[in-house]
Amino acid sequence: MQLTNRSKQVSNKEMTFMERAYLPAIATGLGITIKHFFAKKVTIEYPEVKRYLGPVFRGRHILKRDADGKERCTACGLCAVACPAEAISMVAAEREKGEENLYREEKYAAVYEVNMLRCIFCGLCEEACPKQAVYLRHDEFVPVFTDRDQVIWGKDLLVEDMNNRYTREAWTKEEAKALDDKRANGEVTNVTPRPVP
Amino acid sequence: MEETKPQLFKITFDGIEVEVEPGTTIMQAARKIAEADQSQTSIVPPAMCYYKPLPASGGKCRACLVKVAQGSAKDTRPMPKLVPSCITQVQDGMVVENTTNEAVLEARKGIVEFLLINHPLDCPVCDQAGECNLQDFAFEHGSAHTRYEEERRTFEKKDIGPYVQLHMTRCILCYRCVYTADQVTNKREHGVMNRGDASEISTYIEKSIDNDFSGNIIDVCPVGALTDKTYRFKNRVWFSKPEDAHCDCDKCSGKVILWYRGDEVIRVTARKNTWGEVNEFICNTCRFERKKTSDWVLEGPTKVKRSSVISANKYRSDLVKKPDFALKLAATQFKNIDDTREYVTDKDTIRHQSIENNDKANHRSLLNQNN
Repeated sequence: MQLTNRSKQVSNKEMTFMERAYLPAIATGLGITIKHFFAKKVTIEYPEVKRYLGPVFRGRHILKRDADGKERCTACGLCAVACPAEAISMVAAEREKGEENLYREEKYAAVYEVNMLRCIFCGLCEEACPKQAVYLRHDEFVPVFTDRDQVIWGKDLLVEDMNNRYTREAWTKEEAKALDDKRANGEVTNVTPRPVP
Repeated sequence: MEETKPQLFKITFDGIEVEVEPGTTIMQAARKIAEADQSQTSIVPPAMCYYKPLPASGGKCRACLVKVAQGSAKDTRPMPKLVPSCITQVQDGMVVENTTNEAVLEARKGIVEFLLINHPLDCPVCDQAGECNLQDFAFEHGSAHTRYEEERRTFEKKDIGPYVQLHMTRCILCYRCVYTADQVTNKREHGVMNRGDASEISTYIEKSIDNDFSGNIIDVCPVGALTDKTYRFKNRVWFSKPEDAHCDCDKCSGKVILWYRGDEVIRVTARKNTWGEVNEFICNTCRFERKKTSDWVLEGPTKVKRSSVISANKYRSDLVKKPDFALKLAATQFKNIDDTREYVTDKDTIRHQSIENNDKANHRSLLNQNN
């Protein structure tokens, strides 16, 4: 009875002289092994070396500021309502006189919290944001928690540091795709990351 | 003399026939169809300025334009231009096309574009977002892009009292608030100043609105031009929980919706019907001063359409499906375990039984193999 048509007839033909000599085959085999010593390694030594995950990888959240250092977020709540895990919560406040250099619009998020245990890093908040304020960093993960207190991230951890601004090669999926295509065609080789447009 | 019964007019709206009384407008005929058949709600023309409880409102925003393909049974010619359905009265045998007519939908796109020309589109900041008629209207009929490149109009900021916040830039000049001030409150205190592009809603010579029913202009406003100052930036509409409530009020009906954040009442509004209209206006005391649950008799959660963003992230226990079927099935198929064997503790007997069982099992597997 034949179950599949993948069975192969085994040939039992006589070996040639070279094959019977045995040593040339050993040498060929060793040659292949030695060749791999000098080839580029496929693996990386993970915790010390990290692989580049592309410009739109979804790591930890960041609340962007604009070029003047004003916070972009206006606490519109679209990220929170888009969030399937209900990880985001916020409290809005009205900007007062003299705070114009801190916040972009007349309303701002006084409290902005992301529960990192709830977050599933789907990036829907990033997509929903009408002010280009919330992004998921492509270069940083959420570190491992050792305590429940570290789970809810407030504005102290989320807001961008102006001395160390967060830059990316591409800010949207479409840009990233276009960049990929260009790279594949060899049109560009190196792109300098830039702050959010 | 024979008593004459009021003759009913038969009109066809988007291919659906309906009989209405003479003097009804096309809009009301369409709403009558939708009220009789819930699935037809989408054929009702949108209304930005028309507000049934406010007589004489309507005819300004042009959002409800429809095509009259046949004027009446006697005069079968179509009307030459699109007509505003909210102020056009029906004729016997009238044939109206709304969603079935391409020209109407195209015109509506243009209306959205015109309304949005001067609208600041600051929805992320605006307190009306989520219950804004203009948002719904633009979402349904407009396009996602603008062709407008010029500067939008701006106004000087004007303080119109402690309760109501005026954002003139958001205003679409529907005049609803003016009619409210005219008809609901007993002395008119605000109106529209200037003309054309420069026209703006204003209290007359900067008088603050201190009428008992002035708060209703907040509910009536289809956009975020008039918003509740006590609710300003408190919360987004879709994060608060609406709850029906009433109280004994000597000035108004006292029927309201309380908007909760946690246990705190952050806003009180009047109740709106299916068409987003307030039938029973409420007084300022109810709206701005009674912000404690103890002031009210609660009636239960407000029914919110599933399509509304206000229903987002709310899981009402009466709407959550319980595993009824599975439980019923399990109940019908449940069988008690029948185990009447003796409880054996004697080691020798157990060993003996286990050998016997082993033999049985071997025998069974042998039988299976042979088959």
